[in-house]
Amino acid sequence: MKRNIPKWQKTSKLHYLMLGLITFLSIFPFYWMFIVSSNTDAEISKSPPSLVPGPRFLEVANKVLNAEGVYFSQALINTFIVGLAVAVAQVIFSAIAGFAFAKLHFKGRQFSILFVVATMMLPSQLGIVPLFIMANKLHLVNTLYALIVPALVTAFGVFWMRQIIDAQVPNEILEAATIDGASVPRVFWSVVLPSIRQSSFVLGLFAFLASWNDYLWPTIVLQSPERFTLQVALTQLKPLYGLDYSLQMGGAFLATAPLLILFIFVGRRLVSGVMDGAVKG
Amino acid sequence: MTLLRDGKGRQKAPLTPWKKKSAKERKALPGIASLDGRWGYPAIAPFFLIFLIFGVAPVIYSIYIAFFKWDPLGESEFNGINNFIFLFQDSDFWIALRNTFSIWALSTFPQMVIAISLAAILRNKRLKGKSFWRTILLVPNITSIIAITIVFQQLFGRDYGLINGLLGLIPGVDHIDFIEGVIPSHVQIATMITWRWVGYNTLIFLASMLAIPDELYESASVDGATKWQQFKYVTLPSLKNTITFVLIVGTIGGLQVFAEPQQLNAEGGSTKQFLTLTLFLYNQAFLNNKYGYAAAIGIAITFIVLIISAINFFITRKLAGEGSR
Repeated sequence: MKRNIPKWQKTSKLHYLMLGLITFLSIFPFYWMFIVSSNTDAEISKSPPSLVPGPRFLEVANKVLNAEGVYFSQALINTFIVGLAVAVAQVIFSAIAGFAFAKLHFKGRQFSILFVVATMMLPSQLGIVPLFIMANKLHLVNTLYALIVPALVTAFGVFWMRQIIDAQVPNEILEAATIDGASVPRVFWSVVLPSIRQSSFVLGLFAFLASWNDYLWPTIVLQSPERFTLQVALTQLKPLYGLDYSLQMGGAFLATAPLLILFIFVGRRLVSGVMDGAVKG
Repeated sequence: MTLLRDGKGRQKAPLTPWKKKSAKERKALPGIASLDGRWGYPAIAPFFLIFLIFGVAPVIYSIYIAFFKWDPLGESEFNGINNFIFLFQDSDFWIALRNTFSIWALSTFPQMVIAISLAAILRNKRLKGKSFWRTILLVPNITSIIAITIVFQQLFGRDYGLINGLLGLIPGVDHIDFIEGVIPSHVQIATMITWRWVGYNTLIFLASMLAIPDELYESASVDGATKWQQFKYVTLPSLKNTITFVLIVGTIGGLQVFAEPQQLNAEGGSTKQFLTLTLFLYNQAFLNNKYGYAAAIGIAITFIVLIISAINFFITRKLAGEGSR
C-alpha cells in the first residue's frame, strides 16, 4: 500500500547529515585513542597528524600491562569484582524494597518514599568526608569493601524499581496469586521477579557502569596500587616528561574496550532503560 | 473500598481482569489489599538500614563536622560558624564558584539546544535506522571518565593537538592554550561534559517527545503551521517538565565536576583558572587535612544545588505557563 507521506513527517537529507556528524563525533575519540597508542610520537605530532592506525599497539599494550608500579591487569580484575558485586546487590535490594513501595500497604510508606526521593537532591560530595572517617573507623580504607559497601543500595535504584514494578506488574496478577494462597514472599519470587527480569538487568548495567567509571571515591579511599581500580590506575600512566601520550592512551583504550564490547550486546537495552526512566510530558 | 474512596461514584469494572488500568484508577488503590502489608517492613529494612548508615548518616555527620576545626591526626575543637565565615572570605571559594558556574553554563546550554534538536529529528517515525542512531548516541556516556579526559586533553593540546591543528587552518587564528586561558580551559572541560552527556539527554528528550500525540502535529500541519512553528507551539511547551528535570540533574552533575579539572592540573590550574567546587573540597579535605572546612564547603555546595533547582523550577513553570495554556 502506497500512500503520501504527510508533510509533518518528512525527513530531509540534512537530518541524516546531522545524525552522521553526531555519530562521527561520538566515535572519533575512541578511534583517536587507538591511533595515538598505535603510532609513534613523531607520527602524532607532525602536521597533519597520522589518521590511520600504526604498528605499535601491541608494544604499547605490553608496556601498559608491565608498567612499573602500575598493576593494570589487577586493576581490571578489581574494577570488575566491585562492579559485579555492586550491580547484583543493587538489583536485589532495590527489587525487594521497590516491590514493597509499589505494591504493599503499610504505615509510613508514603513518607519513606518521599524521604528517599528527597535525598536524591543532595549532591554526593556532601557526605564524602564523613564517609571517609567512617570507612577509616570500620577499617575499610584501602580495601575493595570500601567501594562495595556504601554502593550496595542507592536511592535511585529503589525509586526506579518502584516505578518499574508499579508500571509493569498488574495488580490483578498479584491478586490472583494471593487468591491461590501464595504468601507475599512467594508472590514476589514467582510473580514479580519473572516480570521484571529485563528491567533488573538494565538497573544492574547502570550500577555496573557507574561503578566502573567512578573516580572520586576510589581515589580517596584506595592507597596502594595493587588495590586500585582502572580509573585510578589510568592516572598513574601520565607522561612524566614530554608529550608522549601513547602509554596513557593505550591504557585508556584498554580500560574502555571491555565497556565497548559489553555495549555491543546491551546497548539497545540500555537505550530503552534510559528512555523508560525519563519523565514523560 | 475503592468505590467509597473514589467519591465520584462511578467505578468502572475492567472489561478483562488483565486490562491495564489508567494512571488515575491506579492511584486510587495504593498497593494491593489482599497482600499482607506487614511484609513491607522486612522488605524495606535491609535497604533502609544500609541507606541510613552510608547514605543519610554521613550527611548529618558532615553538618556536625562543619562546626569543628577537625584534624584527622590531631585534636578537634569546636569552631562555631568560623568555617563558614572563613569560607566566605576565602578567595579560592569564589574563584571555584565562578569556574563551576562558567563550566556549567558552557556545557548545559549548548547541550540543551543540541539534545532537543537531535530528539526532534529522531522523533520522526519515518526516519531510517532509528534504533542505530539511538544506540550510537549512548556510546559516549558509558565511557571511562578518565580515559575520556586523557583523549580530550590530547586533542586540545596547545602545540600538537588536533583541535589547534584545525583552528590553525583558519587564516589569522593563533593557537589557543586550552589550559592556561581561563575561558578556553572552561571550554575544554565543558566539551568533555557535553560530549559525555548530550546523547543521554537526547534520549530523555526523545522519550518525552514520543509521548506527544501525533494528532497535535497533524492538525498543526493542516492549519498551515511551518515546521518551526510546530516545534515552537507543539513540541517545546510539552517539554517543560523534562527541561526542568534535565536542568536540575545537570546542575547537580555540574557541581560535581571533579575528574576532568583534576586531571588537567591537580591544583585547578596555575592561577586556579579551572578549580571547581568539588576539586576545592577534595583538596581541602584530603591534601590539607581540613575536614571541618571541607564539610562546610560540602554544605555550601548543597545550598547552591537547592537554590538553583528552585530557580529552575519556577522559571520553567513561568515560561511554560506563558507559552501554552
